[in-house]
Amino acid sequence: MADAATNGAASGPRPIIEIDRVSKVYRMGDVEVHALCGVSLTINEGEFIAVMGTSGSGKSTLMNTLGCLDRPTSGTYRLGGEDVALLTPGELAEIRSRKLGFVFQSFNLLSRTSALENVELPLIYAGVSSRERRRRALESLAHVGLADRAGHHPSQLSGGQQQRVAIARALVSRPKVILADEPTGNLDSRTSVEIMALLQELWRSGITIALVTHEPDIAQYAARLIVMKDGVVQRDERHEPIVAVVP
Amino acid sequence: MNPIQTTRVAARALMRNKMRSFLTTLGIIIGVAAVIAMVAIGEGAKARVEQAFQSMGANLLIVVPGTTTSGGAHGGFGSMPTLTYDDLRAIQNELTSVRLAAPALRSIAQVISEEQNWTTTVMGTTPDYFAVRSWPVAHGRIFSSVDVEGGTKVVVLGQTVVEKLYGANVDPIGQSLRIKNTPFAVIGVLDRKGQAPNGQDYDDNVFIPSSTFQSKIQGGLQKFIGGIIVVSAVSADQTSRAQAQITALLRDRHHIQPDAEADFSIRNLVEMAGARQEGMQTLSMLLAAIAAVSLLVGGIGIMNIMLVSVTERTREIGVRMAVGAKPSHILMQFLVEALTLSIAGGVIGVALGLVTAERLAVALQWPVLYRPDIIIISVVFSAVVGVVFGLYPAYKASRLDPIEALRYE
Ligand SMILES: Nc1ncnc2c1ncn2[C@@H]1O[C@H](COP(=O)(O)OP(=O)(O)OP(=O)(O)O)[C@@H](O)[C@H]1O
Ligand SMILES: [Mg+2]
Repeated sequence: MADAATNGAASGPRPIIEIDRVSKVYRMGDVEVHALCGVSLTINEGEFIAVMGTSGSGKSTLMNTLGCLDRPTSGTYRLGGEDVALLTPGELAEIRSRKLGFVFQSFNLLSRTSALENVELPLIYAGVSSRERRRRALESLAHVGLADRAGHHPSQLSGGQQQRVAIARALVSRPKVILADEPTGNLDSRTSVEIMALLQELWRSGITIALVTHEPDIAQYAARLIVMKDGVVQRDERHEPIVAVVP
Repeated sequence: MNPIQTTRVAARALMRNKMRSFLTTLGIIIGVAAVIAMVAIGEGAKARVEQAFQSMGANLLIVVPGTTTSGGAHGGFGSMPTLTYDDLRAIQNELTSVRLAAPALRSIAQVISEEQNWTTTVMGTTPDYFAVRSWPVAHGRIFSSVDVEGGTKVVVLGQTVVEKLYGANVDPIGQSLRIKNTPFAVIGVLDRKGQAPNGQDYDDNVFIPSSTFQSKIQGGLQKFIGGIIVVSAVSADQTSRAQAQITALLRDRHHIQPDAEADFSIRNLVEMAGARQEGMQTLSMLLAAIAAVSLLVGGIGIMNIMLVSVTERTREIGVRMAVGAKPSHILMQFLVEALTLSIAGGVIGVALGLVTAERLAVALQWPVLYRPDIIIISVVFSAVVGVVFGLYPAYKASRLDPIEALRYE
């Protein structure tokens, strides 16, 4: 991490995610729920941030907005310098395909579909040829240590393995940013550390990572902590991350 | 994402629910199979009717004595003779639209060979009759005009009569047989002609010269023809003209007042065949209606199952969107799925229809005529059904919000 910080300092921190006074209001009948209330946040290239906060504080809403899955009610969002707040669903899909990788709490792999094919999925929509797709998916699976499980279906994999397949899928399109909403939420603590070790390794290779977690232990592996409360950023601090070592 | 990939994804999704996919396509399968089978059978029936009319003779007109109201058109042979041999000659010689004309005198009689006897129809006629009926000899010869002039006692047999009197595969030429106690020499056997449209057996006939018929079978009348006149027009499109010309000629010869009823009538078999074909067309329209209804029902089935599928796979749609699928990708995926279902149904339906038609045709003993155009139209139409009924579910899927789709339980 020390080198990443120095590198960043040498070239000046380059912002990859910039949101400015982003609000998200859900309307349910007469009731308005303010999930985000004017959040401004800048994430630089190569950062590893953890988002914490009480349930309902707007963490998932923030991640979905950053992930171009959802559009803010107001405010601006620049991803890699590109204004994405006003794009159409089709254009947002394109951004997701080119720039972003997702990891979910519940893995969200396609059932009855092999690990390899799950990992190939983003490349299908990116228009990559089938041979190249296969090659890159295998490479990605090897990266997460599951080359020997390529033919397994999700139901034949453990939770930790499924999450690694999901990470391989997020990686396969070589995104700049990986967003993970409670990636360890369904895993035991040992497996959680394995996943964090994998994410730290990706971070060291230059990928920007933002994850949501409820566990302070997990947040310690990141280099920046953001605490949300009632739709606003309550705390935002950088710290020296501890290195995940698989026990 | 190219079409092949899209199709592969669709096929895979459908294979996951094989039974359901099959049941969904059943409407289309049955609809298309019905169309194919019915059209093939209809065409076969039409061909058979045409064949039957064709076998009656080329461009055939029949002049029947007696008024239409007095039953002439029905009876013909039993009516009061009003047609004369002079009429026959006038028809033959004076009319440009007439190729040939021949008398046909008819009597039911017992025909006795050395060992057997058989009751059949004895026809007295002239050589032209066989040309009018396009009826060649199988072996031997037909009688000549010399035979007709001389009133010789020669007979030409139909195949059924040969079988009844001599058995199959026996050549009766040169044999002698007796009709009404008069010995006749067998000089020819006609080709097998089969059944008339009304089921009557054309081959259960024997033919003798008309003059011999008059002197030996049904004596008395010399001037009048004790039967009908068969006429062959010069071509199929001349039959109506021939009919008009014969009518005018005979009315004139018989001195019938313009508003009076004629003492003869003319049957135009080409017109009768046309009427049959019109009937067939009505049947075809009916079948088309049935097909449309079953394909509509099949389409609704597809729409229903696609809506179920979209709901079931909401989460999958969310995942696909999250990893970069555009709404258009999702739309195509579900549309292609619906299309795959309907085209598969169409193809299976065609196969099933052809097999059914084949079976039925064998059972009904008529030719099966496949119409390639109908096969192609059926498959194309099932594809259209797939697109039309798949569009709404696919559109619905493509409009899902990725977040909500991912959260869907
Ligand atoms: N689709 C929605 N419709 C209505 N309200 C919503 C919707 N999604 C989220 N909310 C509301 O927005 C607020 C923030 O929700 P969000 O999911 O971001 O919380 P969170 O911080 O991720 O919570 P948790 O830690 O439990 O996952 C909550 O009050 C929630 O009820
Ligand atoms: Mg959440």
